[in-house]
Amino acid sequence: MTVKSLIKASEYHDSVSLMLVAKELVKFPGVKDASVMMGTDANKSLLEQSGLLTPEGKAATPNDLIIAVSTDADVDAALAHAESLLNKKAEAEEGIEFRPKTVRSARRAHPNANVAIISIAGRYAAEEAWECLFQGMHVLLFSDNVSKEDELALKKYGRDHGLLVMGPGAGTAILNGVALAFANVIPAGPVGIVSAAGTGLQETSTLLAKNGVGITQGIGTGGGDVKKEIGGIMYIEGLKALQADPATKVILMVSKLPDLEVEQTLLEQVKASQKPTVICLLGGKARSAQLPENAIVVSTLEEAGLTAAKLAGAKIGDIKAAIAAEAEETRKQAIELKKLLKPGQKHLRGLFSGGTLCYESQVIWRDNFEMEVYSNAPLDKHFKMKDSTRSEGDCVIDLGEEEFTVGRPHPMIDNDLRVRRILQEAADPSVAVIMLDVVIGYGAHPDPAAELGDAILKARAAAKKDGREVLFVASVTGTEEDPQCLSRTTDMLQAAGVHVLKDNAMASRLAGYLIS
Amino acid sequence: MAERKIQDLFGKPVEVVNVGLQGFIQPMKDQGVPVVDVDWRPPKEGIRHLRVTRNGKSIDEANDEVVSRIKKARPVLVGMGLAIDTIPGYKPNLILHAGPPITWERMCGPTKGAVMGALIYEGLAKDEKEAAALAASGKIEFAPCHHYHAVGPMAGVVSAHMPVFIIENKAFGNKAYATMNEGLGKVLRFGGMGPDVYARLHWMTDVLYPSLKRALATLPDGIDIKSLIAQALHMGDECHNRNRAGTSLFLRAIAPALARTSTDNETLAKVIEFIDKNDHFFLNLSMPAGKAALEPAEGVEGSSVMTIMARNGTDFGIQISSMPGKWFTAPAPMVEGLYFPGFSEKDANPDIGDSTVCETAGYGGVAMAAAPAIVKFVGGTPQMAIDSTLEAYEITYSEHEGFTIPVLNFRGTPLGFDVRKVMETGIMPKINTGIAHKDPGVGGIGAGILRAPEKVFKDAFDEFSKFC
Repeated sequence: MTVKSLIKASEYHDSVSLMLVAKELVKFPGVKDASVMMGTDANKSLLEQSGLLTPEGKAATPNDLIIAVSTDADVDAALAHAESLLNKKAEAEEGIEFRPKTVRSARRAHPNANVAIISIAGRYAAEEAWECLFQGMHVLLFSDNVSKEDELALKKYGRDHGLLVMGPGAGTAILNGVALAFANVIPAGPVGIVSAAGTGLQETSTLLAKNGVGITQGIGTGGGDVKKEIGGIMYIEGLKALQADPATKVILMVSKLPDLEVEQTLLEQVKASQKPTVICLLGGKARSAQLPENAIVVSTLEEAGLTAAKLAGAKIGDIKAAIAAEAEETRKQAIELKKLLKPGQKHLRGLFSGGTLCYESQVIWRDNFEMEVYSNAPLDKHFKMKDSTRSEGDCVIDLGEEEFTVGRPHPMIDNDLRVRRILQEAADPSVAVIMLDVVIGYGAHPDPAAELGDAILKARAAAKKDGREVLFVASVTGTEEDPQCLSRTTDMLQAAGVHVLKDNAMASRLAGYLIS
Repeated sequence: MAERKIQDLFGKPVEVVNVGLQGFIQPMKDQGVPVVDVDWRPPKEGIRHLRVTRNGKSIDEANDEVVSRIKKARPVLVGMGLAIDTIPGYKPNLILHAGPPITWERMCGPTKGAVMGALIYEGLAKDEKEAAALAASGKIEFAPCHHYHAVGPMAGVVSAHMPVFIIENKAFGNKAYATMNEGLGKVLRFGGMGPDVYARLHWMTDVLYPSLKRALATLPDGIDIKSLIAQALHMGDECHNRNRAGTSLFLRAIAPALARTSTDNETLAKVIEFIDKNDHFFLNLSMPAGKAALEPAEGVEGSSVMTIMARNGTDFGIQISSMPGKWFTAPAPMVEGLYFPGFSEKDANPDIGDSTVCETAGYGGVAMAAAPAIVKFVGGTPQMAIDSTLEAYEITYSEHEGFTIPVLNFRGTPLGFDVRKVMETGIMPKINTGIAHKDPGVGGIGAGILRAPEKVFKDAFDEFSKFC
């Protein structure tokens, strides 16, 4: 048994908090008895009675704090623990809603904060991201317009310090089940996702959830990460973290087609693990000659979600066959629906809020239907729309592109732009099909189906007056647990006459069959 | 500590700091995730984030050193003496004043009044006219208290034969000095003049000083002022504009020694009465305690933390640790105040005194949350006092673990104004202070708050930037 005391000169604490420290200290392994008191004579005699008064304690003045411990274990560790208890900061009291003005003071008041979401104007965003990284926080950089130089420097720092730098332009992440920015309520499960495409992450994670499979993490890196200037730094770090994470059994990689050298680096990293890794590089095929043995390359978000779900144990048969069978059903549905159209109605208009979904649709129309669809965000710049405010022929518009979002909320938050565009497209007598993506979940509009449904009813009624039926095709990216609820949203859209398919790829096929 | 990895985050509770869109907050709350929303504003144009000096020294590390020295300080009242015998380098014709250096011609009314009063007290002039002529003659040397390890509230005037407290910083061995507090109203430090003022000063020198000095001589360990400040902060003082608890604690600490060394009961009673009736008696101990704590923190290369903030009623001045001795000044602003009956802001002198040493050392205005009794100064509600302290955290580099605030769950007081943060946030330090009448001879007329002028921080920041 050792009795030792630590004297802290002129350190004043009120007696109640000292008693609480002493109470905690007695719980420390090996501690038999402990006392934390100011060195008054009365206190010293108490210490003496309990055999805790050392010569140092005897010499203490009433202004000194005496920490005394008797233990048969490591006495210095016990004293160090006492000091940390003394310095432990209470959590900020509830009810006091003071908003700190700087990241630094926010962190000081909330020392356990570990993730920062930054969505301020791009030219200030890098500076705040630095501050967050220096404070040891992972960063979701929602802001756009951060320079490549800043992005590279931030990501190198993050890589070297074990911190995520998601973005710039990262709209989606799910960390430890917490949906950050635009993300859905996904159950916990064995699939880890790393994605350079925000709605790609939403579409694949909700597809997993629709098949009863959950995720460990959903790391969104922002689309710029897989460009050659950045070299996929965070994509690789995210991938490494999932490879090292024992809870992650299956890895799902999602991205628009990266620059070739980045693709090679990514595939190289896939080899570092035995875990089955589903790779969806949307818009192309993996071009490297030698694929790692654990890699499964797919070409759509739909295939990616289903493949990962199957690897994680979902009861899905042959995926390609299942998709083909369902596509056949869709084709038959299209034949019936086409009967509602007038001869002049031949064009497709896509009005999208999610960039990756818009991209996936184009991949399907190109690869499966050999359609020539123009877009403001085309796969091939040959199909770039001349003026994205005016539709011509078959075209698909990503309303989340910057040209539409400067000084205006994103179409996932605000349906206004899409509502107006729905009415505009439906008034065009050459239009047969209008296709939409409806993304729900945290961050998204609280009830998009209500506003879009109203607009669709209005548009259809107006067309009817001209003797036309306009066909609406959509899918809902979301889950039952999302605040807006998948089935509720689907029902509301169906009530407005929308043909709702189970995912974006299938909706794209229906649109494709209706046009071709 | 082991190297951090991204996967270390996996499985841990997520706690979010939100910088930007308000729409991201509610989803966090709905998910039961703690979220702190930063009240973010674009930084001022031209204000860079400074992190390292040109010599490659980390500014944060330099500031760590500065605040650790301030925190380590242990100011103890060890004795008393006359200024001429006690303050190193003191001269018979030297008059110290508050704030940055100033000539007689530029001195404000209260400082002039206090200087004249001090010359009369010293017997160097027989009346105010003669005192004014002497002060203007060039025979009197003027210097800031801060240049002599001293601090003085309001006019802060010290003359050769005024008794001073000796505060020793036991952690570093340096000493600091301040005169005894006379009380409120028509008193020398507010520029008050007249027979009653001089009579009080003489009584303090002839009766109060020897009594206290004798009593202190019997206390080998002196009186630990840091500990008294820490306790007073738990008793409703912020130790600048409210010193009622500190004064009581001081009296309690010295009373037995006063009684033991007393020559007669009536003198003892008068001494106790004087201290008891002056709620600000402790101010002249909390101030030199701050000075004693701050001086060892001066001269740390690369530090952007302020170590001096003082006003002379004409100019407002600051110094930062990395540029010791260099004053950055601006015209002293007016105080937003509450006035004694019969006075108003029309009578007020601009901001004056060294008492901002309190805010600089981690108490006073920065600790308003500890002093609900005087929340009238900050707008009237305890919540405003709390906000006032929370705001101070935005612009201070650290927190003083030795001084804690009960209502903030014993969080340490804001410590170490960082000129970088002041300029980045545009938040100027809030100061609690007394208000002097602008004319010499009248004295104190109220108390209030103000913000430090931006120019001193801008100039200090610009100068500091040259080294970064």
